Amino acid sequence: MTTQAIPVSGVVLNIQVEKPARTPMQLALDRFRRNRLAVISIVIVTILIAMALTAGVFAPFAPNFQSAVAQDAAPGAVEPTTHRINVLGSDNLGRDILTRLMYGSRVSLAVGFVANFVVLAIGVPLGLLAGYFGGLLDNLIMRFTDIMYAFPSLLFVIIIITTFGRSLWVIFIALGLTSWVTMTRLVRGQVLQVKQMDYVTSSRSLGARSLGLIRRHVLPNIMGPILVVITLGIPETIIAEATLTYLGLGVDPSTPSWGTMVSAAVGEIYSSPTQVIIPAFAIAAITLAFTFVGDGVSDALDPRRR
Amino acid sequence: MLAYIIRRVLWLIPVFIAVSLITFALMHLTPGGPWDTATPRAVPQAVRDAIKAKYGLDKSLPQQYIDYIWKALHGDLGPSFSSSVPVSQQIAQGFPLTASLGLAALFVSIIIGIPLGLIAALRHNGLVDQISVFIVTMGISVPSFVLAILMIVIFSVVLRILPYQFQRDQWQSWILPVFILSLAPTALMLRLTRSTALDVLNEDYVRTARAKGLPASTVNLRHVLRNALIPVITLIGPLTAGLITGSFVVETLFGVPGIGRQFVQAVNKRDYGLLMGSTLFYTLIIVVFNLAVDVTYSFIDPRIARS
Repeated sequence: MTTQAIPVSGVVLNIQVEKPARTPMQLALDRFRRNRLAVISIVIVTILIAMALTAGVFAPFAPNFQSAVAQDAAPGAVEPTTHRINVLGSDNLGRDILTRLMYGSRVSLAVGFVANFVVLAIGVPLGLLAGYFGGLLDNLIMRFTDIMYAFPSLLFVIIIITTFGRSLWVIFIALGLTSWVTMTRLVRGQVLQVKQMDYVTSSRSLGARSLGLIRRHVLPNIMGPILVVITLGIPETIIAEATLTYLGLGVDPSTPSWGTMVSAAVGEIYSSPTQVIIPAFAIAAITLAFTFVGDGVSDALDPRRR
Repeated sequence: MLAYIIRRVLWLIPVFIAVSLITFALMHLTPGGPWDTATPRAVPQAVRDAIKAKYGLDKSLPQQYIDYIWKALHGDLGPSFSSSVPVSQQIAQGFPLTASLGLAALFVSIIIGIPLGLIAALRHNGLVDQISVFIVTMGISVPSFVLAILMIVIFSVVLRILPYQFQRDQWQSWILPVFILSLAPTALMLRLTRSTALDVLNEDYVRTARAKGLPASTVNLRHVLRNALIPVITLIGPLTAGLITGSFVVETLFGVPGIGRQFVQAVNKRDYGLLMGSTLFYTLIIVVFNLAVDVTYSFIDPRIARS
């Protein structure tokens, strides 16, 4: 209850007003908004997404345009054939760094979202099956996750990529295929807890079918932890893709991506260090921003933390 | 306890069978074989058959798999596809260097991460704590090659005080690789020490020890640190395994001729023999370290074995 000054027929009265009840979602949003770092990060992420979507419109050059005259151009130099400015300079093949940075953000963002969609699509159903039905099915699924857990994940990704080729989709799926284990374990544990709740028991005694029960009662109650794993999984997969690509095992070198930009410019680290520093900073910025958003989400959804 | 250890060791067998089967299957799914390259000279059928027989390629796939595993159990990981040196020998050449870099990095991360984590917890929200949180965030959320490049730019390009290229017998060239390798483990160890020490500080036995009038250093070292270290031990296993195996980035960046760079080169050269052998070797190390830690931990905390 709070006191509010409300004018009633010409006289201002202090009347006690009942605050409207707030849903857990509103409370969580409030907690998120109070986390300054998370809010700044979500702004950065939004800008990056906007940049990725509009790269075709705003990028000063075509992504694979190579200037025959303006190689290793300094930031701000004018490209003589097109009379456009290399705002952040150009690389050793005469490609505009700002342009490639803008197009490259697409790869990082797509990896972050698609790979974690794969994690959702595999990890959640398996965890639900194992946790809800238990028994032999649970045993089989959990032994399988144990084995996948022992498999060194980076090696697994590399082997999948060598087998199926280096296309973007292979990389997305390979990264997803190695990270669903954590999700399955988490979902299973959560389901085991929720299964014991009275509302599940009563709903079952009223004759609810398993599938409907999972959809109506189990899944909504474990969404919080799932969301946390997903948001914190995004920077992890972005890091994994950038690292693989940097090693020359990920995205094809001609594709503009921040990882390929770093590996192409590492050789020039003495002659023009800015070429490698710019994409390196971009990678640091995107992974940090997503981590802070993820931390913000997990703090907001779980008030007991900290 | 013994039953627990036996169960854990026996569990290694299905893990190994699964990892080797998956890797073997994926390698043989790959389109293309040794005869697909555009060889200018036609190879006579008799020569092909002889070579196939020599490498066992004339047998059925399950038989090839069994043969491979049988030899691997005897320490022979088969021929390399890109070099005349057998896979086992290549790994034996690269491994000591990779292991010494990894152990040096582990040492650095222990002597930085644990004390810093303890101080950060004791002076919660103080300057050291804030620096620690910064180190943790950077070490965990920024890819190591990005940090490595920034370090190289600072120390090798601008200040010119540390060499960039790795040379085995020049100690200065070890500093940057070891430091960069140690960043992620330092961050993880610092974070865990800090959070467990913060929990321990709220325990009744710490309050009792303080109330008894024990000197602060005794309480901090004997009561807080000792109890805070227990979960940190579980971290050292996977960290060590990760350091010994996961140095792809640092070895590639600095040109260290260890097994990490060998692996990356094997992928680029499509050397399936080396790839398969390295994967099995890596898995062995990771699994054995995890096992060693779990067993050690079950001695420290007997509840683990019982569950």
